[in-house]
Amino acid sequence: MHLLVCGGTGCRSAESDAIVDSLNKAIADRGLENDAKVVMTGCFGFCEKGPIVKVLPDNTFYTQVTPADAEEIVAEHIYKGRRVNRLLYINPESQEHVEDSKHMGFYRKQIRIALRNCGFIDPENIEEYIARDGYSALGKVLTEMTPEEAIQSIIKSGLRGRGGGGFPTGLKWDITRKVAAEKKYVVCNADEGDPGAFMDRSILEGDPHSVIEAMAINGYCTGASYGLVYIRAEYPLAINRLKTAIGQAREYGLLGNGILGTDFSFDIELRYGAGAFVCGEETALIHSMEGMRGEPTFKPPFPSESGYLGYPTNVNNVETYANIPVIITKGPEWFASIGTEKSKGTKVFALAGKINNVGLIEVPMGTTLREVIYEIGGGIKDGKNFKAVQTGGPSGGCLTTKHLDTPIDYDNLLAAGSMMGSGGMIVMDEDDCMVSIAKFYLEFTVEESCGKCTPCRVGNKRLHEILEKITRGEGTMKDLEKLRNLGQVIKDTALCGLGQTSPNPVLSNLDNFWDEFVEHVTEKKCRAGQCKHLLRYVIEPDACVGCTACARNCPVNAITGERKKAHEINQEICIKCGACVEKCKFNAIFVR
Amino acid sequence: MTKIKSLADLRRVKDDLQEKIRLRENADNPEKLVQIKVGMATSGIASGAKEVMSYLIEELDKRNVEAVVSQTGDMGYCYAEPTIEVILPGKEPVVFGKVTLKKADEIIEKYIKNGELVDGIIPRNYETIE
Amino acid sequence: MELIKLTIDKKPVEVEKGTTILQAARKIGIDIPTLCYFSLGDMKIENKPGGCRVCVVEVEGRRNLAPACATECAPGMVVRTNTIKVLNARRTVVELILSDHPFDCLVCAKSGNCELQDLAHRLGIREISYQGAQSHYRKDTSPAIIRDVDKCVMCRRCEMMCNKVQSVGALSAINRGFEAVVAPAFEMDLEKSVCTYCGQCVAVCPTGALTEVDHTRQLIAALADPTKTVVVQTAPAVRAALGEEFGMQPGTLVTGKMAAALRELGFDYVFDTDFAADLTIMEEGTELLGRLSKHLAGDKDVRLPILTSCCPGWVNFFEHNFPELSDVPSTARSPQQMFGAIAKTYFAGKIGVDRKDLVVVSIMPCLAKKYEAQRPEFATNGNPDVDFSVSTRELAALIKEANIDFNTLAEEDFDNPLGESTGAAVIFGTTGGVIEAAVRTAYEVHTGKKLEKVDFAELRGLDGIRQATIDFNGLPINIGIAHGLGNARQLLNDVRDGKSQFHAIEIMACPGGCIGGGGQPLHHGNSAILKARQAAIYREDSCKPIRKSHENPYITTLYEEFLGKPLSEKAHHLLHTHYFDKSTQIEIE
Repeated sequence: MHLLVCGGTGCRSAESDAIVDSLNKAIADRGLENDAKVVMTGCFGFCEKGPIVKVLPDNTFYTQVTPADAEEIVAEHIYKGRRVNRLLYINPESQEHVEDSKHMGFYRKQIRIALRNCGFIDPENIEEYIARDGYSALGKVLTEMTPEEAIQSIIKSGLRGRGGGGFPTGLKWDITRKVAAEKKYVVCNADEGDPGAFMDRSILEGDPHSVIEAMAINGYCTGASYGLVYIRAEYPLAINRLKTAIGQAREYGLLGNGILGTDFSFDIELRYGAGAFVCGEETALIHSMEGMRGEPTFKPPFPSESGYLGYPTNVNNVETYANIPVIITKGPEWFASIGTEKSKGTKVFALAGKINNVGLIEVPMGTTLREVIYEIGGGIKDGKNFKAVQTGGPSGGCLTTKHLDTPIDYDNLLAAGSMMGSGGMIVMDEDDCMVSIAKFYLEFTVEESCGKCTPCRVGNKRLHEILEKITRGEGTMKDLEKLRNLGQVIKDTALCGLGQTSPNPVLSNLDNFWDEFVEHVTEKKCRAGQCKHLLRYVIEPDACVGCTACARNCPVNAITGERKKAHEINQEICIKCGACVEKCKFNAIFVR
Repeated sequence: MTKIKSLADLRRVKDDLQEKIRLRENADNPEKLVQIKVGMATSGIASGAKEVMSYLIEELDKRNVEAVVSQTGDMGYCYAEPTIEVILPGKEPVVFGKVTLKKADEIIEKYIKNGELVDGIIPRNYETIE
Repeated sequence: MELIKLTIDKKPVEVEKGTTILQAARKIGIDIPTLCYFSLGDMKIENKPGGCRVCVVEVEGRRNLAPACATECAPGMVVRTNTIKVLNARRTVVELILSDHPFDCLVCAKSGNCELQDLAHRLGIREISYQGAQSHYRKDTSPAIIRDVDKCVMCRRCEMMCNKVQSVGALSAINRGFEAVVAPAFEMDLEKSVCTYCGQCVAVCPTGALTEVDHTRQLIAALADPTKTVVVQTAPAVRAALGEEFGMQPGTLVTGKMAAALRELGFDYVFDTDFAADLTIMEEGTELLGRLSKHLAGDKDVRLPILTSCCPGWVNFFEHNFPELSDVPSTARSPQQMFGAIAKTYFAGKIGVDRKDLVVVSIMPCLAKKYEAQRPEFATNGNPDVDFSVSTRELAALIKEANIDFNTLAEEDFDNPLGESTGAAVIFGTTGGVIEAAVRTAYEVHTGKKLEKVDFAELRGLDGIRQATIDFNGLPINIGIAHGLGNARQLLNDVRDGKSQFHAIEIMACPGGCIGGGGQPLHHGNSAILKARQAAIYREDSCKPIRKSHENPYITTLYEEFLGKPLSEKAHHLLHTHYFDKSTQIEIE
């Protein structure tokens, strides 16, 4: 039996190292070393209930395991063959234990290509990667294909950049290939910056070799012998696994000079970013790698023509790379058979927010939002109503119930006023205020803008200020008009892709939740009850018995009234702390 | 580890290494394989389920049958221990009772290899026995 | 060259490949407004970060608007510069910039000469729709330059000048987002940074974010003090640019009007820095010949080339960056300081005034001169040789404030003895001039022959680095010239690495030399203005009756009466200096 223990950052912070130790100890105590093997893998994706321990071959899926549970898992499951029921996942709808990951809704709709090895192999052991057909794509390309042929395969597969823009990957490679230069670079963009996004981290932690192999393939195709991974320094585990993997690949002769007996040489180095969101933009990323201020420059020239140190540079994101080896081994037709007409393959999403199954998922392009939210995500938390789902992070927008049956792909999301982005997917329920949501994303953009161009530096600050004003209850209809005009101008005039998309959260919310904005400014009302300034605490005179409990507990003495007579809250003084509601034994105080 | 010097080299290494994770590969695609679950609750162990399970693992391997043998808890057929459930690819599960080593041999040869029915099938009166 | 056809505002235009939309539009009379864009095109100085987004235009088939300054023309491109979409975007962008800009135009040093103000005026902006918080930074005052970066619009011109052109690296963008601004590293004081006070940042700043320290109030107070005798000296480049401030054509020489205006302002003696420039040639030229003959005699302790030392920005630069070469530059003080030293000794003695009652003021095209005047080594018992230095711009403001109609002034002469100068001194105002003046004198002193042709065309021009070999009667003298500190650094690196083949190198910190100084009227990126000023300088030289420094009769008298001979002990004491290692002075608090 194999016991797979999740070694992703999240589960490791919840002691999965100690779980591995305890499992090994319990196994040794019973002399079961020959029967059971413990493997620490990358992320399983089901982060909501981590740490995860998966027992094979029966696919038993233990959730929220602690080191103390290890003894019982070994004693019961390994030794006696009885599942430890209390650690099994409970289906939120049926409230029944689910014993087998194959029967979990979370996994049923998923197809794992980019994440194929995450949660399956030991990422620190190159042999497990090779056993899974690893590096055979590189071998195939180097010995059986010309760069042009390999690029044709990528083009034919229909793979598009997974970092957000969705540019056809093969085409990008071809442009770099065609530029004549004495030196070229391939770069892996691992500067994942969207709030809540962690797919690139998970891939690097769970399957670093797939990225290394793909970069080498990219190097062969474009004519580059240097690879650079630009990774944020806040990803220590991913950095370590990547370093280990690069070391092993060199040891096995899969990086370095004359790879697999051919005359192709390729090696990879790491470059660390300080985690500036803007450095996800490829020109800013390159400047940062060059030791300069991480800010974008005008394109053209594109990095494919003049990039790192002025040399042609092909930049792709982690997830894009992770798809490459499989496309080569299984063929472009196989890849192109998955997905929609213009978006092929799968997409990894970080599912978060008001949803039951928070975690990392990979679904075929064309899966509907409904399937993702209700089948994989297990529906909205606490039985609340779905309100919106935000995709594309600070560059994207919110989609509503009317988009629930829209198949997810690049073009449909754009048409719906959002975008694919790098794969953040945040679910919102009826308690979420859409003005505040727009404000939240703007806050992020304001914080992360590099400050180079006026529209992003000042424009987004002003957008944020107007939203702030609206949530304070001081907004006017004129302000809504300003939001639209300013948002449009920023979209039209900002320098880089990040700036141009930064007003999307505001513009899409204006489109989809216009009534809610209008309510905020005309009725001074926040239907979700999130905008504190718009709340009114009111005492219902008929229900109030005049016990004075509220008045005595009001920290600002906003409540007056005679004993045994109905009390009243002075709205001018009230700070909306809610203390009175808690103290009222007669349910006489309401929030409106 | 020495360097892998060619694609052929890589393929050889892969074949050697694949064995180490075969268990995982098979578990990930159970529907393509013969799946056998052995009831291993206390009563099952007492009636010889452990021996049956070891026998099945060894013999299936010897006879080149790609199968996943796993243990499961009490199947609820205490009267017929030891019990095993066999799922052939694409078929409904079938449960056999009172499985001895000899019976196991018969199940492998007749049911698993050729799909012929064998005595001792317990009627299916459950939703799932997992 | 590949030609590209496109239309801009329905007008067809044909341009060379690589031309930007902005350039193409200007070619056919369509003036797209810009803010961050800056170019001294033929001097290879250009700033186009594409950051302000004022120059956006509509390009058919493009999703968003394109910055005209950075977008290259493509065949068949259809460009519109004035659609409602463009006009709305441009106005919004300018309003955004204004919304984060102090509203103190009325009292801003740049008022009336501010590119942002012009832009707001041109677009007819009457209200700012998007008001909100403004970013605030501390005001930083150094001996020469004031940074009031609340007024910074992030055009990055100063950063480009400081880094790409000057290779100084004192200013760069810091912080992110709304707080982003150009500042010294770690927001340290400019004074503590590697700043050379060359003032090129001030020369290109479109707004009032970078300005010079104002010394005009002190000047007015000194002029009004009856106990003080106030003496003024004017640098050569001032006379070729001052007229621009009064609406005259660039390149108009206003030497006589300037002397008249200074006298009207109340200076007791109106002298000329050019006199001290002639004196500089005597000292520096003699030093050059001394080092040269020792070198030719095989003395290994003598280092060549000799570097000119009259530019204070350049002196600051090598003190910061090449302290190990401190024995290479000439020890001769700059003309400003030579003038001050002579005025407060020789001249003070002549008129019987104590040095503490003699105020020496300099009018300079330069901001580094403000700092140079404050250097402690140029003071005697705390009394500086030059009390303070005001820029060409400050003088113009002062003349206007004093109700002097500059245009109608009758021309006047400088006073004597410190007002007489030669053509050799005048050309100190442009790149190549100091070394040409030195050659004129050194040739005659070294060869003992009369120089028939005093114009050395091979030393003139505006190329960043120039070199020429001058025949000193059979002895070839290799001359190098650099202007702009980035160019200077290249020559200096060679000197440091022992690869330099030059006997003498002239270096000026500012592109163009003093005519392009940080204290000059703003050229707003028009290189024709610099060329006109340079031409004016050479014109003044060619009109002078005496064109070699050693022939200046008042210089001869000065040596006879006071100094003895060049490099005498007295000359050393008053006219030479030494340099400091400033490379380790940067402290981060």
